[in-house]
Formats: sequence, structure tokens, C-alpha cells
Amino acid sequence: MQNFLRATLAIASLAVGLVALTLAPARALVEIDVNRGVVEPVPIAITDFLSGGAHGAQISSVIAADLRRSGLFAPIDQAAFIEKISNPDAAPRFEDWKVINAQAIVTGRVTQEPGGRLKTEFRLWDTYAGTQLVGEQFFAEERNWRRIAHIIADRIYEQFTGEKGYFDSRIVYVDESGPRDNRVKRLALMDQDGANPKYLTDGRAIVLTPRFSPERQEITYMSYESGQPQVYLLQIETGQRELVGNFPGMTFAPRFNPTGDKIIMSLLREDGNSNIFAMDLRTRTTQRLTDTNAIDTSPSYSPDGSQVVFTSDRGGRAQIYAMGADGSNPRRISFGDGTYSTPVWSPRGDLIAFTKQSGNEFQIGVMRTDGSGERILSSGFLQEGPTWSPNGRVIMFFRQEAGSAGPKLYSIDLTGRNEQQIPTPNFASDPAWSPLLK
Amino acid sequence: MRRIAALTRNPVAIALVAALAVAGCRSKQQVPNSAADLGLGAGAGVGGAGGLGGAAGAPGSRQEFTVAIGDRIFFDTDSSVIRADAQATLARQAQWLNQYPSYSITIEGHADERGTREYNLALGARRAAAARDFLASQGVNASRIRTISYGKERPVAVCDDISCWSQNRRAVTVLSGAGS
Repeated sequence: MQNFLRATLAIASLAVGLVALTLAPARALVEIDVNRGVVEPVPIAITDFLSGGAHGAQISSVIAADLRRSGLFAPIDQAAFIEKISNPDAAPRFEDWKVINAQAIVTGRVTQEPGGRLKTEFRLWDTYAGTQLVGEQFFAEERNWRRIAHIIADRIYEQFTGEKGYFDSRIVYVDESGPRDNRVKRLALMDQDGANPKYLTDGRAIVLTPRFSPERQEITYMSYESGQPQVYLLQIETGQRELVGNFPGMTFAPRFNPTGDKIIMSLLREDGNSNIFAMDLRTRTTQRLTDTNAIDTSPSYSPDGSQVVFTSDRGGRAQIYAMGADGSNPRRISFGDGTYSTPVWSPRGDLIAFTKQSGNEFQIGVMRTDGSGERILSSGFLQEGPTWSPNGRVIMFFRQEAGSAGPKLYSIDLTGRNEQQIPTPNFASDPAWSPLLK
Repeated sequence: MRRIAALTRNPVAIALVAALAVAGCRSKQQVPNSAADLGLGAGAGVGGAGGLGGAAGAPGSRQEFTVAIGDRIFFDTDSSVIRADAQATLARQAQWLNQYPSYSITIEGHADERGTREYNLALGARRAAAARDFLASQGVNASRIRTISYGKERPVAVCDDISCWSQNRRAVTVLSGAGS
């Protein structure tokens, strides 16, 4: 992504000829409250961007798919459009769009620049106010056209919700193939919508639980490649791998701290119990955070780095605990009926996502950081491993149905109403969502 | 534990317990492990064991350990406590390993799929450690024992009910080293 250049111009400078039409930037008439979810998704018309080639329609189609999967928007079937946009610099005929109930209109143009770059211009119009809400242009290498579409979808999402989007992001996960009793597991990377899948390991060793660095193109994960299961660090761009630390026993359940310079993980003790350690990647020093005759695992930092949530069976069964990032003041925060594990702190800091086992079901839920306000978002035969979208509004996890041959990835929003399967070429597990791309 | 160990030092008792174990194994396991999984050649799975003298293998052989002695123990849900039936198996393993000291072993700890991945890695490790500690208490030198956890990554039985889960909650003793 080094050659990727994003240029965002002010509305006026992009749209010289439109000055008369774009008076004051208006707020959208329809505002979406993400906390409540929307009963009725906002109808929006996404027209094909004018283009000499295929990218115009492709970009529109990716924008529409992103917005539809969010559950907050209902892109209108293009067959219903009355006006055919021939000049994306001019205001649409708003009356034509009111007839089909489009609350907003997206128009744009894609041009091939000398040298091969794509220039993409887009405008978001408010049908009922009759104004332009957003006007921007982007320059990118042609192969990055999908990223342009995701960035535009993020702009539209942000305009309507007042919150950052999450479409320009990626997922690292474990691709599963082969029989259930002899699975081949490979690290795989894809865009958040399932496009551009790419393998990062070859399947010779079992690999588990990849996690993105919040700052760099790095992944930490666990692998059996040395014979002893241990935590590794992988540079995505170069493929370079290194062992994290030099510990005598199994290391597992790695995760970065919010600045990306530490990895927190579990280390198996000689007596069979597991404790939590943090390792500074620059100084290679380790700090012990727990010291119990118990299983302490699945640690996750709060976004300010001051707290850690983790799973422990120190009380008899697996429950969620929180402690200071130095190991101080450990306290149990999950008290519901069942066992709790895989706590993950939201990037917004307000919630903790978890896996709960209750009865014969596995559930994905969220609770406030003190353990109160538990809400179950999804239940199933076997599902686990929540990961947060960069804006803290959507959770991805994996689910295996009873009697099925393997797991698939799903996303669900915080209302619990909008669940979507994420397309993957094979079975898939252990998803981890990247930050927004830079 | 000590009493079982004393009992199994009697060769006749060993043979009887081993024979029962083979029969019990056959009737209890709805889904037999593959021959390869047991470390046997093709066609010599548990179901084909004709007795101690046949597929059970020669004294001191890997086949004898796997089939006649029993290479695995099972656990209750979310537990690493060595059950009474597992104590009997481990006591036989210890007696055999003490008789054939050139073998070293790897104990593989496993969990069923009814737990989350990272917790189950820890649970598998705890089960392997419990089996190791039991063998060590029976006189097997700890330097001969290596442990590894597979969590829920390597089930032997792949259905979605307790008949499989109960077989997957296990610790398997795998022989390495030359033997004698």
C-alpha cells in the first residue's frame, strides 16, 4: 500500500462549477442512531460511477454491498432509477429520486490518469434538502480500486451515523481444510467483505489465534511448527517470522497491546497451570502478570492500555476477570449462569465481548467493563472467538453448526439483529479484525 | 494408587487387566480409532485384536503398549482429574515403561470441542501434566517424559455428541526412543 495516495479536497475546490448549488454543507435529514439500531434501513441510491471501463460499476457495487451488509442502509435496485446520471458534477434531479424514496444519492466518476492511476470522484447528495453532503476525490493505483470503494462507503457511513466506518479494513483468520480429525490450518488474510483472500502460511504446521498489530503490518499467532506450540510474530509484507520469547513451555493466546510494542500471552507452567505474561518487543523483557494455580488465558488490553481482561478458572470454572496492566487488583467480572471465556475489550473502551457456554449452547455477547449489562447477541451449537470492528460497532466470530463439516465466519452488529455470513473459500475460524487501513 | 501398582506387579494380574482393557475398549468406543492413529499397520486395529499373543504384539513392542497396555486415558468434562479407570491404565503404562526403560514418551493432552480454543489448549496441557505426574509417581523417570497439548485441534472421534466428545477428552502416551 506504499503507493496508495488519498487526496481529500474541499467541496468547493472539487466542484467549481457547482458553487451555486452547494450552499452551506447540510446535515443529513435522516440520522442513524447506531446504539438503537434502525428498524428501517435508510434507502439510498448508489448510481454507477461514470467510467471508460469496468471500475465505475464495480466501485458502485462494492459501496452498495458494504452499506447493505451494515444493516443500516437499503441500497435501491438500480432498475428503479428514473434519472440516468450523465454529469456527476451537476446536481441530480431530486424530484426523480424522491419518487423512488431515495433519502440520499451517490454519484461519481472514475478516470484513468496518465501513468495508470485511477482518479475517483464521488458526491453524496441529500434528496430532501436538495444539497450536496460530501464531495471528495481519491487517487490510487488501479489494483486498489476496492479500497477506494470501501473508503467511500466509510465516508457515507460516517455522514449518516456520526461515527467512523469500518469497511476499509481486513481480516486475518485460520483457513481450514481436510478432515475434521486431521485438519490443515493456514493463516489467511482478506478484506473485511471476503475479497482478495491470500494465504500467509503453507499448512504444514497447525496455526491458531492470529491477531493484528494495532500499529504495524504485523500479526502475532500461535504455531506448532517447532513441535512445541509457541507464539510467533509475522511481518505481513515480507513474510518474515520470528519466535516471540524463549520460553521452556507452550506459549499461547497472544495479543498486542494498544501501541503494538508488547505482546501479552499465556505461558504454561511446569505444573500444568497457565499464567499471563507481557513481553516488550523492543527490550525483550517479560513481566509476569498472574501467578495462580489455575488456567489464566485469553488476555486482552483496554484501549488505553491500563487494564487487562482475561479468562481464569481460579474460582473453579472459567470466568472473566479484569486486572491492572501490571497485574494489580484482579477481580472477577462475569457472574452469569455458565462459563465465560475469550474476553475482548472494545476499541471504543465501553464494552467487553465474550463467549459464554450455557446449557448446550455457545453464545456471543457483550457486557460493560465492570461486568454489568450482559447482552447475548447470538447463540448456536458451537461459536466462539469474537473480534471487534475498528469502530466497535460490529463483532465477527466463527460458528460451526451441529452436523456440519466445519466452521464459517459471521458478523453481527451490537443490536444483535443484523447477522451476516462472511464468504470464505474454505472453512474458517479464529477471525481477527484489523484497524482501519492507513 | 499404590494398591493398584502393587496389584499390577503380579504378571498374571497384568495379563488379566490387559485382556479386559482390550475388550472394554472395543465395546465402549462407538467409533474405533484408526489403525494409523494407534501406531499399527493397516488391518491391525483394535477390532482385529485376537488376544495378547496376536495383534497385541510381542513383549516390549509398541503394539503391546498400544493395544494390551492401553495408550490413552479419558477425562470428565472440563476436568484434569485422573479417574479410577485412568489410574489403572496409567499404572499399567508405568509398570511397562519401568520394564522397558529405553523408551521415552510424549504425553499428548487433548480436549473435546465443547470449550473455547485457548482455554482448551490450557486444559489439554493440564491433562498431559496430570498423566505425567501420575507416571512419575509410579517410578517413571520424569526425564523420559515430554508433554504437549493439542487442545481441541486433533479429535479422534468426529461426531457432534457426547459419544465422540468423551473419546476426545484424553491423554495419549506416545512412545519414542529405540525400545529394546
